[in-house]
Amino acid sequence: MAVSVDPASVASTDLHALDEPRVIDPGLARADRVFRQVARSIGLSMLVLILAIGAFIGYQAIPTLRAYGLDFFTESAWQPELNRIGVSGALVGTIEIALIALFFGIPFAWASALFISEYAPPKLKSAVVSLVDLMAAIPGLVFGLWGFFLLQPHAIDLSRWLSQHLGWFPLFKVNTDADAAMWAQSRYTSSAFIAGIAVSMMVIPYACSVMRGVFAQAPIGEREAALALGATRWGVIRAVVLPFGRRGVIGGTMLALGRALGETVAVLLIISPTFEIKFNVIEVGTMTISALIAGRFGEASAGQLSALLAAGFVLFVLTLGVNAVAAVFVNRSRSGSITEA
Amino acid sequence: MSLLTPSTDPPAVPTSPGPWTTDGAPRPAIGGGGESASLEADRVSAWFGSHKVLEQVSLHMAARQVTALIGPSGCGKSTFLRILNRMHETTQGAGLSGEVRLNGVDIYAPGGRVTETRRRIGMVFQKPNPFPAMSIAENVTAGLKMTGLKPSRSDRDALVESCLQRAGLWNEVRDRLTHPGGALSGGQQQRLCIARSLAVNPDILLMDEPCSALDPTSTRYIEETIAELREDVTIVIVTHNMQQAARVSQHCAFFLAAAGTPGAIVEAGPTTQIFNEPSDPRTSDYVHGRFG
Repeated sequence: MAVSVDPASVASTDLHALDEPRVIDPGLARADRVFRQVARSIGLSMLVLILAIGAFIGYQAIPTLRAYGLDFFTESAWQPELNRIGVSGALVGTIEIALIALFFGIPFAWASALFISEYAPPKLKSAVVSLVDLMAAIPGLVFGLWGFFLLQPHAIDLSRWLSQHLGWFPLFKVNTDADAAMWAQSRYTSSAFIAGIAVSMMVIPYACSVMRGVFAQAPIGEREAALALGATRWGVIRAVVLPFGRRGVIGGTMLALGRALGETVAVLLIISPTFEIKFNVIEVGTMTISALIAGRFGEASAGQLSALLAAGFVLFVLTLGVNAVAAVFVNRSRSGSITEA
Repeated sequence: MSLLTPSTDPPAVPTSPGPWTTDGAPRPAIGGGGESASLEADRVSAWFGSHKVLEQVSLHMAARQVTALIGPSGCGKSTFLRILNRMHETTQGAGLSGEVRLNGVDIYAPGGRVTETRRRIGMVFQKPNPFPAMSIAENVTAGLKMTGLKPSRSDRDALVESCLQRAGLWNEVRDRLTHPGGALSGGQQQRLCIARSLAVNPDILLMDEPCSALDPTSTRYIEETIAELREDVTIVIVTHNMQQAARVSQHCAFFLAAAGTPGAIVEAGPTTQIFNEPSDPRTSDYVHGRFG
């Protein structure tokens, strides 16, 4: 039943045109169509909401950005009365505190995630999981008070030690005599260092939760392969869990970074406001964007409000970017994954 | 009529005492590797939680022999196999009684190191499970790292080659040892897993339906590999494939679990006997394909 085709006509027409992929009707049942519509509109409304918030803040920021231009990003002072406004100091402080929080929080989150997924017996596991999750429910205010009254008196000893031994390094430099018998304690208080430690307590549950989720997904087949070769638990972790969980570690870290960048109350309670680009993190005084907004919002005039919203817009873009990167890492499948358990 | 002609190897001319009697001459448990070893299960029962899945299973797995465990699904063959290298206890709620003796020494004796037991009694799983993030060569040597051995570079290269040779994979992968192990075909992956098990120099190799996920050609390669390996490694294989059991094994144990009761061995003996003149009618029914 060959169809006779005139060779001449085939040659004259575009062969590809004869071979078009046909439209495939998904053939969904009515219930599926309704559900898909509902789910799609809810999902889209989330997207619209985020974009609307961004657009609102961005719109409010326009007058400020127009008035100050690039100076808004390079100026470190925040003195509306002198018409000097800029976020550079607060931006640097924000990033410093966030990185200090990660430095202390991530190893802790990583180790507890490994303990939970690999070592803890079942009963202890659920208890530890609840405890770590509970940390996420403690208000930032409480961590701020903890940082100020309980942590700070001890942390300044560590700060002093750092400046004594590593003071040649700009990060740990403090403009006072660290070796003096009556050392100036107040030069070490209310620093980015201490605020960062307090914030680290707040990012641990987020990072830990993401990491333990990914560690627990490490394929059982590969775990058994390692065990059957005579591996210790640490051997299984090194050969299977960590290579598999790498994206979870990175994703959890980025999520924690996004969280740390936006933390407000705890930081506001601890820091001593200083508007300058400052790299000696263990010395008194720093500022973050969110603390700036929270601290100045109440007394702001209309023009100042726009400036604060412009600062908020910078933070919004920063955290959105960080979280987007985190999402990419958490969702991306690992390379070379042929065998999925 | 002989259903099948078992492997051409002479059946059961054991150097150690008779295959179904207790090995009365325990050898020192240390060392191992290349040296043939026997495994003895003595009245092994197993539970998952309160559910008993194995009842009083005793079986001698003789050195330099392939022992096949056959029987329908759910009769406890795989559980039994996992008890033989202490993988059973990694399942939550798993319990057992009885003894498993490697060259006469109970592997569950207090004070024994579980990692050393598992190194000496290797395992190949039903589903090929190479480490996907590692290269082919790294997969082979993965067990060395995990057991704390650090061979020199030249030793390592030689080991990779000899293990891949023994697993019948060398010629296919010699030019791409640095490629990821996960990129191989299923049958190649399974042979890579065999090579990986051999690299830590086990005395015993347990195989849990190693060919059930593979095509006939790959299955044949692996069966050839098994026939060569038994020269220096004692092999215990679980299989659902009667022909495979007849082809590769010298001894056979038929497991069965009647409805609602734990699994147990109905009959065990030389493969020729199990397939051609079984003493139990249930064994006869099973090997002739009348159920299961």
